[in-house]
Amino acid sequence: MDLSFTSTEEAFREEARTWLAENVPAEPLASMDTPEGFEEHRAWEHILFDAGWAVVSWPERYGGREASLVEWLIFEEEYWASGAPGRVSSNGVSLLAPTIFDFGTPEQQDRFLRPMARGDEIWAQGWSEPDAGSDLAGIKTRAPRDGDHFVIDGQKTWCSRGAFADWFFCLVRTDPDSERHAGLSYLLVPGDTEGLEARAVGRLDGEPGFAELFFDGARVHERYLLGGEGEGWAVAMATTGSERGLNLRAPGRFMAAADRLVGLYKELAESRGSDLGRRDQVVSAWMGAQAYRWQTYATEARLRGGAPIGSEASFMKVLWSELDVELHATALRLLGRDGERADSSWMDGYVFALSGPIYAGTNEIQRNIISERVLGLPRR
Amino acid sequence: MDFSFSDDQIMFQEAVRDLLANECPPEVVRAAWENDTGRTDGLWASLAEMGVVGMTAPESAGGLGMDETDLVLLLEEAGRAALPEPLLEHTAVGIPTLAEAGGSVAEAWLERAAAGEATLGAGPDDGYAPGAATCDLVLLIGGQIRAVPVGSASLVEHRSVDGSRRLFEVDGDAVVLDADAALAFDRAAAAAAAQCVGVAQHLLDTTVEYAAQRFQFGKPVGSYQAVKHHLANTALKIEFARPAVRHAAWCIATGEPDRSRDVSLAKALAAEAVDLAARTALQCHGAIGYTFEYDLHLWMKRGWALSAVWGDAAWHRNRIAEALGM
Ligand SMILES: Cc1cc2nc3c(=O)[nH]c(=O)nc-3n(C[C@H](O)[C@H](O)[C@H](O)COP(=O)(O)OP(=O)(O)OC[C@H]3O[C@@H](n4cnc5c(N)ncnc54)[C@H](O)[C@@H]3O)c2cc1C
Repeated sequence: MDLSFTSTEEAFREEARTWLAENVPAEPLASMDTPEGFEEHRAWEHILFDAGWAVVSWPERYGGREASLVEWLIFEEEYWASGAPGRVSSNGVSLLAPTIFDFGTPEQQDRFLRPMARGDEIWAQGWSEPDAGSDLAGIKTRAPRDGDHFVIDGQKTWCSRGAFADWFFCLVRTDPDSERHAGLSYLLVPGDTEGLEARAVGRLDGEPGFAELFFDGARVHERYLLGGEGEGWAVAMATTGSERGLNLRAPGRFMAAADRLVGLYKELAESRGSDLGRRDQVVSAWMGAQAYRWQTYATEARLRGGAPIGSEASFMKVLWSELDVELHATALRLLGRDGERADSSWMDGYVFALSGPIYAGTNEIQRNIISERVLGLPRR
Repeated sequence: MDFSFSDDQIMFQEAVRDLLANECPPEVVRAAWENDTGRTDGLWASLAEMGVVGMTAPESAGGLGMDETDLVLLLEEAGRAALPEPLLEHTAVGIPTLAEAGGSVAEAWLERAAAGEATLGAGPDDGYAPGAATCDLVLLIGGQIRAVPVGSASLVEHRSVDGSRRLFEVDGDAVVLDADAALAFDRAAAAAAAQCVGVAQHLLDTTVEYAAQRFQFGKPVGSYQAVKHHLANTALKIEFARPAVRHAAWCIATGEPDRSRDVSLAKALAAEAVDLAARTALQCHGAIGYTFEYDLHLWMKRGWALSAVWGDAAWHRNRIAEALGM
């Protein structure tokens, strides 16, 4: 056990910090859930990619620098501490890419990974349906085979930034007679496919960040099938491991937010004096971020030892999502009369944080997973 | 950055776990509640034989020259078994503090303590020293560290809710040690945190086991979602306390500048974990858990005690706030 960073790791941190200090946009970008903001964020992804920071842990041939998992965690710490923009390509890079690395053919890897990393092709997730949310195996969207194509009919919903995305990774029923977990396949769908229409839906903040996807005889070539036909459930479960665990939301994001919260408390205490009750809430948030940090480094050691991430990712999902809500709620309370103002980044952050316990599998579902698959309690 | 333990550390942990599984079953803990000392017959000697008791002493003093990162796993095991022996006071606090202080007190006591021939106690200056009557030298830790030989001290005993913890007010001629009192306090707080994690883990494990085999309405109670989510919440608290506790042990071993802050993180998280574990364990057991005959309370009460000593969660949260400049 050595919980200090090696000189290589420190050098990596320094390099990231220096680059970020010089390149992070001084003004925040427009919301990535708007058409303009989406493109501004895409341009930022190009900058990151061209400097080698978009996908640090990936192989060099896809634009990465083969950084270790620890280095990636360090990068995330520095990235969020620098106040850099949110990652518009994260659904592709954090969720789909690990699945492509595991299940994709070499042709698929060569075709998709680099443009994804550069933000040339931004991906959206088309899984949820009007009648299939938590119960994902209940999806009905059909995609029976017709020669070397699959023909998709049905509807997807709650698709983040689906109105602007270039590509979709979808879970569909390629065997129309199948039920539940069988007969599903994981299809990669070009956004410009004929018979696919994406309609924007306003999110809680009023921005058109959701989309409904309507498929009406949309034909997708079999080369875009990820994993085996009918094996979509297993492939999708690999994606959820990434979605819940540290890939999507590394501790650095919350450490940075907690540090800003501590800063906010101190700034306000200078004019208003200290307030021990609120101070303790700030401490809670700071503790949560630190606890996540050490748990992640401990997990990294286990992964390096060959253990799978598995259901333990559910611990992380519950922790970061509830921490994020608590942290932002605390900030709004600290702000007093200004807490309700719409023009604060804390309010934006709060509204977004509230979705964390819902997306990526609700926290009730995560608690079911923890109790049944980690603790081994009886399912029924 | 490498959070993995060495094979030797894991083997040591497993050896201690096996020993405690055999020699420290609930009957033994229960016997310690009833007897004169609050301790066991012979477990301390077995631990001394394995090298555990003196492990933190330098090899020159007959110890194993090990540090907090070696000890933390064993403290978790001690908590898991509700071991009624002074591993915290003697091995985690007493020996390293004497080794640091040197001088005549160390000369008189360190080698004997390392060999398990003399027992060291410890307590906060304004609190109680558990088990002091069975110790030879007690360290009272406050703004400074006062070493009081028990032979010439006057002791006032109080009962703890945990019947194996005999609480003592200690008064007597003291020698002030030339050692860092804040460090000694942190050693104690971090060790208590590690034991809290072990106690919490045991409470969770036994409750999961019970809930899987207790049937009501024709189904195991552990299949009901309310019960599941109680236990998932407890598992979450433990999952996120344990690495922070191990990190705190490393901070002590390496003298990290943020040591006190990060020990406070560990103790606050571990205290909150064991508090929740005790609550949910009792709730998910129902009335059987509320009986004196059933073993659950041995761990619940240990958890209550350890959560509160060497700074409870609120105390440590305040210390974090101060360390962050708030
Ligand atoms: C901001 C945001 C972004 C999203 N982005 C995407 C996206 O890009 N692509 C995509 O496919 N989907 C996306 N989703 C959808 C998300 O995956 C679903 O919202 C989620 O799976 C829950 O489904 P639901 O909303 O239908 O709720 P429901 O499943 O209807 O659940 C309603 C309530 O019932 C509870 N519940 C349901 N089943 C159980 C059970 N078995 N035990 C206990 N409680 C239960 C839930 O926890 C919840 O509290 C997004 C959602 C949000 C909020």
